[in-house]
Amino acid sequence: MRVFAVVERVSEGINPVSFELLNLANMIKMGGTSEAVVVGGADRPLLDSISRSADKVWVLKGGQLEEYNPETYADVLVQFFKRETPDVVLLGSTSQGCELAPLLAVQLNCPVVTDVVGVTVAQEGLVVSRYIYQGKLMADLRVKRLPCVLTVRQGVFKEGARTNGELKELSLAPSKPPRRRTVRVVAPETGEVDISKSDVIVAVGRGAVSSIQLAKELANVLGGAVAGSRPVIDSGLLPKDRQVGISGKTVKPKLYLALGISGAFQHVVGMKDSELIIAVNKDPQAPIFAVAHYGVVGDVQEILPSLLSKVVEEKRK
Amino acid sequence: MRIFVLVKHAPLLESTLRVSADGRGVDPVCLTYDINEWDRYAVEEAVRLKEKYGGEVIAVSVGVNCDATLRKCLAMGVDGAIKVPVEVGFDACQVAEAIVDVLRGEMFDMVLSGFMSQDANNALVGGLVATMLGIPFATAVTRLSVEKGEVLAVRELEGGYSEEVLLPLPCLVSVQSGINEPRYVSIMGIKAARSKELRERVVALREPAVVVERIYFPPTRKAEILGGAPSEVASKLVKLMKVKGVI
Ligand SMILES: Cc1cc2nc3c(=O)[nH]c(=O)nc-3n(C[C@H](O)[C@H](O)[C@H](O)COP(=O)(O)OP(=O)(O)OC[C@H]3O[C@@H](n4cnc5c(N)ncnc54)[C@H](O)[C@@H]3O)c2cc1C
Repeated sequence: MRVFAVVERVSEGINPVSFELLNLANMIKMGGTSEAVVVGGADRPLLDSISRSADKVWVLKGGQLEEYNPETYADVLVQFFKRETPDVVLLGSTSQGCELAPLLAVQLNCPVVTDVVGVTVAQEGLVVSRYIYQGKLMADLRVKRLPCVLTVRQGVFKEGARTNGELKELSLAPSKPPRRRTVRVVAPETGEVDISKSDVIVAVGRGAVSSIQLAKELANVLGGAVAGSRPVIDSGLLPKDRQVGISGKTVKPKLYLALGISGAFQHVVGMKDSELIIAVNKDPQAPIFAVAHYGVVGDVQEILPSLLSKVVEEKRK
Repeated sequence: MRIFVLVKHAPLLESTLRVSADGRGVDPVCLTYDINEWDRYAVEEAVRLKEKYGGEVIAVSVGVNCDATLRKCLAMGVDGAIKVPVEVGFDACQVAEAIVDVLRGEMFDMVLSGFMSQDANNALVGGLVATMLGIPFATAVTRLSVEKGEVLAVRELEGGYSEEVLLPLPCLVSVQSGINEPRYVSIMGIKAARSKELRERVVALREPAVVVERIYFPPTRKAEILGGAPSEVASKLVKLMKVKGVI
């Protein structure tokens, strides 16, 4: 199989997920090739680092490709894939990958599956695994025909074989100017507390909004910070810089207390490396229990008052 | 402005889930349904755009049982609703094609969709519909305005970053949560919207290229569960915190 990984350039170089895509490509190529595609080019050290994980590295260069634009990128990628006939095209399950995947799938007339965490090559097509219901269930899906486009969840395919790929440069220009234009990229706002520096985080999810005041008090007594999952931030109960997760902050405190948080991947990405994770959730099926070290199946409204008073008592000793 | 908004009648995640007997679905008996969370934001945004710029909003939903969700949209201020009464599987391309069949004959300035559905989590339908229609799109949009015939959209990126993009009309915007606060709909409101039109459009579905083989619970349950009355649990938690040195 010819498995292509579309490399994602970011301001600091390459999104680490790109190497994970190549690891996956090497796992499923089955006597074929793993090939990286870099749109817009990159400097030599970066290309060399990519070539250590790919059998071939394609560098697509041309006007209008320096900055990411979904339309120009998809345009040259479609031209390229019509020439090079992939079996599988891999993209990161990122904000860029999410946009490129439908553009490529429709223009190449092939099936697409997003946020894949497992791939096996089947007699006909592929079987891919992914979470559904926000992490509560999994599905094995048969992709009946190839080529196909897959976006791959970050952090899953971390280990891979080393190869030493050759570099190939190609000049390709978008066939038409993009209709969508980027005006500017805006950096996150910073507030008075940086939760990524806090040793203790009391995190409030949608299931604990009615206990937010107690959560704040507990954070206070523990000398930590209160943070929240996305719905809590969305509803304005906590400022944006207190959001933990993929579109918020990554934290690694000594203690992460997750109150009424379901454990959707987009949240978990931001807190899974915390030293001690304790989750309180009334749903025994909540995916947060798959990342927590200790869990309490129960109602936050019943447990939090007891916990707060016990902690206060302990502190007084 | 004439706006189409795409909505899904989706199972709520609070339900206790059970895998169906054939192992390929979720037992419908345990599910309750409502408008998909992300689509609620999209409908609200569409209605606000109409209130600001005038025009009409039409909701489109694919599925045999989506009436309640379409009625909710009508109660939220949508002017018309189109139900596409077909049973679709997991393949997002199949869903998108059904929607495109409906939209092809229509005039519109914008299509709004939710960023993803809470059950399948594909985050694909918006982008697929736009690409099939040949119109530009932006995903995960958290702010939206229309100026001089162009849409200014703020797209969310990773790590708190965002980007501002300009799109000409017609275009599609997939809406991220938090863009607005969706209005409350009362039962009375839903009843009052009964007089509004809910049309059906039958379309022919293409063979799905992605099918479910098996549905199952994720293998890992790592946490050690602490049991007992609240005060007992609290004591255990305090002990853990002391071991960790945070108390
Ligand atoms: C592109 C994208 C980016 C995203 N970025 C982020 C991000 O950065 N951060 C983030 O958090 N999310 C993010 N999300 C959203 C994410 O997918 C989830 O929707 C979100 O994390 C859910 O938050 P929650 O767990 O608080 O709420 P819910 O999913 O509603 O879960 C609430 C939980 O509380 C439990 N519960 C309810 N009542 C009680 C009670 N009384 N006692 C105990 N438990 C109770 C329920 O059982 C449930 O498990 C993103 C989504 C997308 C698509």
